[in-house]
Amino acid sequence: MKLECKHVWEHISGYLDQQLDSELLAAIEKHLETCEVCSAILDSTRNILVLTADDRTYELPLGYSERLHARLARLISQGGETG
Amino acid sequence: MKAATANESALIARILGGETGLFHELIRPYEKLVYVTIFAIVKNEADAEDGAQETMINAFRHLSSFRGEAKFSTWLVTIAMNEARKRLRKAKVSAENSLEQREEEAAGDFTPAVLTDWREVPLAALERKELRAKLREAVGALPEKYREVFVLRDIEELNQEETASALGINVTLVKVRLHRARMMLQKLLVPYLKSQAPARPGVLRRWFS
Repeated sequence: MKLECKHVWEHISGYLDQQLDSELLAAIEKHLETCEVCSAILDSTRNILVLTADDRTYELPLGYSERLHARLARLISQGGETG
Repeated sequence: MKAATANESALIARILGGETGLFHELIRPYEKLVYVTIFAIVKNEADAEDGAQETMINAFRHLSSFRGEAKFSTWLVTIAMNEARKRLRKAKVSAENSLEQREEEAAGDFTPAVLTDWREVPLAALERKELRAKLREAVGALPEKYREVFVLRDIEELNQEETASALGINVTLVKVRLHRARMMLQKLLVPYLKSQAPARPGVLRRWFS
């Protein structure tokens, strides 16, 4: 199977999630060996996902947890019922 | 889909049995999950915090409707996502509505941005505060239906089935929207990624400069 770049692009997400069947995977890996353009797109996308999952990308506001539990404590102490 | 953990199931049973104070313990591991889910959708800290509190209160009030077939975290995320959607609808001005409508209808270009001179290692990128800010901005700029899937899959790291169930869509649609979201983000963020690495002379560069 010989692939053009734009076909590789359609499968970047599936590639990163390891959801491609073995034939397609082999064809894409072969393409990536020689294609600098697709390799860079893949690397940049992968790095964006690494950055996304990093704990520091989304942080909690200071005092969030305290305020949340204080509000829940008020609800519960007022006899809040689970239903 | 994994069921609630044994420990969680036991806690839930005790809370429903009247030990309501244990609810604090039940939700503690998911405080951030709920906040970030809502924040990434509504894009406003105060609104996200209020929404997170409402989510937990709703979860408390409706705890008996949690059946335990799904993970407790997925159930919470579903409530959080509904809360976020509700807030977004309220906040949305009509101009934004019509923009969203057009995005919905447009076929869209979901091809990635071509770059050939960028090889920043993830670890180095992670140290960059401004890149994280740009990423949050770019996620916020995604059309809602793509943003929702991206938030659950790539920020909260829910699996495909959990994401589909939380959003009420099928797995195929999760895959399609996730791919498009990632490609849009790649395109939006490439300028900031690229500028960090010196251009390498290369044969391919002249085709894309």
